[in-house]
Amino acid sequence: MAKHIAAKVMDIPPGERLSVEVQGRKIVIFNVAGEYFGLRDACPHMGGLLSEGVVIGLVEADRPGCYSYSRGGEIVRCPWHGWEFDLRTGKSRFDPNRWKTHSYDIEVGDVQQLEVETVDVTTEGEFVIVNL
Amino acid sequence: MPHPPIGAIDCDIHPAVPNLKALLPYLDDHWRDMVVQRGVHELDSISYPKNAPVTARPDWKPELGKAGQDLGRLQKEALDGFQTKFAICNCLYGVQLLYTEDMAYAFARAVNDWMVSEWLDKDERLRASIVVPPQNPDYAAAEIERMSNDRRFVQVLMLVMDEMPLGRRRYWPIYRAAERCGLPIGIHAGSAYRHPVTSVGWPTYYAEDSAAQSQAFQTTLTSLITEGVFAEFPDLKVVFLESGFAWLPSHLWRLGKFWRGLRMETPWVDRHPLEIAKDHLRLTIQPSDAPPKPEDLEKLINHFDSDEMLLFSSDYPHWHYEGTNAIPNGISEALTNKMCYDNPLKTYPRLKEAVT
Repeated sequence: MAKHIAAKVMDIPPGERLSVEVQGRKIVIFNVAGEYFGLRDACPHMGGLLSEGVVIGLVEADRPGCYSYSRGGEIVRCPWHGWEFDLRTGKSRFDPNRWKTHSYDIEVGDVQQLEVETVDVTTEGEFVIVNL
Repeated sequence: MPHPPIGAIDCDIHPAVPNLKALLPYLDDHWRDMVVQRGVHELDSISYPKNAPVTARPDWKPELGKAGQDLGRLQKEALDGFQTKFAICNCLYGVQLLYTEDMAYAFARAVNDWMVSEWLDKDERLRASIVVPPQNPDYAAAEIERMSNDRRFVQVLMLVMDEMPLGRRRYWPIYRAAERCGLPIGIHAGSAYRHPVTSVGWPTYYAEDSAAQSQAFQTTLTSLITEGVFAEFPDLKVVFLESGFAWLPSHLWRLGKFWRGLRMETPWVDRHPLEIAKDHLRLTIQPSDAPPKPEDLEKLINHFDSDEMLLFSSDYPHWHYEGTNAIPNGISEALTNKMCYDNPLKTYPRLKEAVT
């Protein structure tokens, strides 16, 4: 699994997301209160761009009408048909084992920590790095 | 169409209340007098108009009175005719139409007591559904509790079109009582006529009314699933009676599609609606809205992805076929056996009990 520089931290403030292309792959990186999550930027259904979806919390219910709401901002809904995906795993909510989008490990680090070939390296500040 | 195998379980027959007078002995003193004093007429509904062909098959129709009102004829034509082991009586009398919930409760009790004395006590092949007043779900639950001690009652009976969609929590006391007593909820075609029978307004012709019943069943199934009835009552089974069944797969594909995108609205719907239906829903086979080619019917039923959902019914004395050929062409022998024996016994566990 190689590491690739994907973006600068300052480009993705908390609550925001950024669509990037790494090694020809479109990836969307979400910043949820300082935690970074990367998904393939395409819904497995028909290819809608998850980077254009709204993020919500996880709505669950033990019983009808008894809602619980948690993990605010960690579920993205595809802008096309509303399918929900868990930012932490890429799995859909309605059928997690069958329908999922690829998820990528995201790290934040200084460029000096990279042991990969990089080009266009900016040595200022911090970088967002993608493991492929 | 082939006839059912010997000893099949017929999940939908219709003994008829001949007239209101026949129920008077089963009403308590207060209501017996009130019915007379207030001039209450017959509680017939327009669901099965007397002269509509579907209401009574010509050879099952008496010269006077209603088809299905005579025990001897029902024994000969339905029980002996189909050689059934058990037949479940679903009495369609207009209890659900009344606007007063107290009188509806009184009539429900009368119909159930009448069913015991006039039918169940007279032929051991007969079983029945408990008629309840959906106008007041607490009364309905109390009636379920009262009648469920008689193990010949194997189901609770409701109409598909009531005041509101049947999944709403208003009705849950009924489902709670039914689940507790181990009784499925039988939902029969028909209406309390609180609303037009189609979702776009009142139709002009009887054929429109009949065709619209399956729309009502679709909407009812949607309501039961989305409102979470099967999440709240995991042991509850629902049996659709006279619903048709060909519409089921395409409707659930459609519902499933919307559920995927709107799951957050109903988080208790934790799997595809078709999977929920496979666990909780059963449907009787008459009337069958089968495609013209028998081989297409088999393909259609394959879309159910289950051989446990269909139940044999003759729908006596309604007119959908001739003779005793109540099994639609295109249903395999294996599936015929499932729907005539195994599926009813699983759906109605009380049928397995010896009744003394």
